[in-house]
Amino acid sequence: MKTFLKTPRRRVTSLAAAVIVLGLCATAVVASTASGGSQATITLRVGLFGDFGYHDLYKKYEASHPNIDIKEDVQSYPDHHSNLAKHLAVGSGADDIESIEVGFIANFKSQPSNFVNMNKLGVKKLKNQWLDWKWRQSVAPNGAQIGLGTDVGSLAICYRRDLFKKAGLPTSRTAVSKLWRTWQAYVATGKRFQKHAPKGVSFFDSGSNVYNAMIGQLNPAYYNAKGKVIVGSNPKVKAAYALTMKAIQAHESAGLAAFSNEWNTGYKKATFATVTCPAWMMGYIQGQAPKSKGKWDIAAVPGGGGNWGGSFLTVPKQSSHPKEAYDLAKFLTSPASEAYIFKQTGNLPSQPRLLKSKAVLGFKNPFFNNAPVGKIFGTSALELKPQILGPHQGDIQTASTNAIQRVEQKKQSPAKSWKQFLKDVKAVA
Amino acid sequence: MSEQTAVEAPVVARRRWTVRRRLHRLDAKAAPYLYISPFFILFATFGLFPLGYTAYVAMTDRTLLDPTWNFIGLDNFTALIHDSYFWNALENTLGIFLIATIPQLLFALFLAHVLNTKLRARTFFRMFVLLPQVTSLVAVALIFTQLFSHDYGLINYVLSQFGIHKIDWEAGRLSSWVAISVMVTWRWAGYNALIYLAAMQGIPDELYEAAAIDGAKPWRQFRYVTIPLLRPTIIFTVIVSTIGGLQLFTEPYLFEPSAQGSTGGSARQYQTVVMYLYEKAFAGTQFDFGYAAAIGWALFLLIAVISLINFLIVRRIRSAEA
Repeated sequence: MKTFLKTPRRRVTSLAAAVIVLGLCATAVVASTASGGSQATITLRVGLFGDFGYHDLYKKYEASHPNIDIKEDVQSYPDHHSNLAKHLAVGSGADDIESIEVGFIANFKSQPSNFVNMNKLGVKKLKNQWLDWKWRQSVAPNGAQIGLGTDVGSLAICYRRDLFKKAGLPTSRTAVSKLWRTWQAYVATGKRFQKHAPKGVSFFDSGSNVYNAMIGQLNPAYYNAKGKVIVGSNPKVKAAYALTMKAIQAHESAGLAAFSNEWNTGYKKATFATVTCPAWMMGYIQGQAPKSKGKWDIAAVPGGGGNWGGSFLTVPKQSSHPKEAYDLAKFLTSPASEAYIFKQTGNLPSQPRLLKSKAVLGFKNPFFNNAPVGKIFGTSALELKPQILGPHQGDIQTASTNAIQRVEQKKQSPAKSWKQFLKDVKAVA
Repeated sequence: MSEQTAVEAPVVARRRWTVRRRLHRLDAKAAPYLYISPFFILFATFGLFPLGYTAYVAMTDRTLLDPTWNFIGLDNFTALIHDSYFWNALENTLGIFLIATIPQLLFALFLAHVLNTKLRARTFFRMFVLLPQVTSLVAVALIFTQLFSHDYGLINYVLSQFGIHKIDWEAGRLSSWVAISVMVTWRWAGYNALIYLAAMQGIPDELYEAAAIDGAKPWRQFRYVTIPLLRPTIIFTVIVSTIGGLQLFTEPYLFEPSAQGSTGGSARQYQTVVMYLYEKAFAGTQFDFGYAAAIGWALFLLIAVISLINFLIVRRIRSAEA
């Protein structure tokens, strides 16, 4: 009997050892040298959409916390959020740390029982670390703090200097910023650009990106303070839509759906001259068109500050190591970490002291013709008036994107498309 | 073993014998059921239970994030009947199904006919038509989406060489249906062709010889010998394609330029029923499980009805043959 059992058991242990060794190699854990200690290793999983620029920070954290092993799961933006909802619904499968984008935060925080209330872990002491509005965005209706702010997407406009030059427009960022103090002026500049633009080049990428930037500056926009949907009755939303329509009818839009393949190709082939640039878009452009280095520059956004995007790190209650997960989330959103990430990826910190610090204000991005991006985005973030968000923010945005696209694709008139937009909003929110 | 047992041994033996006989009889009776039980157990777990549970969820206002929900009866179904987007999705699904299936089966029939003749390297060609079937669906959808891309797609490039204006395949209703149908056809035509081929090989040569003696040319042989004898097989492929076509999801979902929201284009021009279900349950911010379950059940009923119609047609044809 004994000999019969022995072989498989030995095989199993050696197999397990092999798997562990492989795992350690893959994550390049420095801590394996400290495995002589008695503490059991805890694996913390971090669920993200896209690259948050955390890899070096994980290594650093693992080095100072030998018993912690960090694994990252990255999915696309829509998949990440819908899978998180599924995992919360069935009570298992969520990671120890789950990122949530601002478009979804109001929705997820409406059920705070799914998440660890960080107030109970003493997060209130750190409150002043974040911009006040960022802090409040992740506070649930019952007062629980469910997330720590990562970045904010304060706005600017990225533009192609070479294309501006060909179209006879000024190219220096101060002169360009002066061209469009308001969105009306931006659309008027587009008209000027289009007159002498190189063949096949449009002033901006897609109507929905321009529209979303305008919406990002409104407060209230889609929801009022009582949480009621006011899309149809808010004249400023209608005005933003009308101005977008005006620009589309002046042929300023390339009509590309944001984040589509064609849009990505548009960066590579330089088929549009400007794009709405939340801070995180800088990393995206560099990734899509690395060869366009130096041709891009960054100017101020029309109409003052505004926000588009930005995320939070939350700890689902189903995590078996909530305390450790919270500590890691705290580390990843610490001032030092956020400053480091900003330099790596361009994701703008959500912390006022950092935004005013030399490290951020003095930072220039060589890809964007050495634009003082720290100053541009930092100022914009500090000026920002936060917007009231509602649970179906994301669906309303999808409906508005479709509405604008219908006009760009010449399928509907602006008025008819607006009507359908309002109908869609009624159905989802 | 003691003396006592030795005395009682015959009794025990007889008892054992009857037990064994009973077991034997049970074995003969129950074993067949036992052998087929894995299917039914799996079906009950992964087919029947979800079906029933979905029916229950369809009568609640459950959302994914909210742990509490209420029973609301048939409200979801009432809402569904008045939901123009549901009817739109149904129309799209049936439209794509027709465009994808009819030419596909005709093409498959033709392909099978060619493969049935005395070709060189016959086995190679027969294997070859099955290749699209083993290609990953996602890869197929992504590549075709690029082929049909507006500005840089190969198809528009070729069309422009003939002086035809670029078509925005994704934006138009009919054009998007055609693009999606091409993906479906590419993937399934070879599979159906092989099924037809198998059936064709079951047709006795004598029939063709007799037809040839009567003076029938190849086309007439195909029309009056092959097709009538393939009828049951054709009906089988129609039923299978119907069920597959009504559940169409991956191709149109990946065809959408920035897969956010699963709305099937800006005017929902190619949103299928399953895409609409996905939009309600997972893609947006609603996570409306109750409503999505109702859509699922509506789709189930629809497939059941269409399958029933198919079945009736089959029976009619059978009785006509008899």
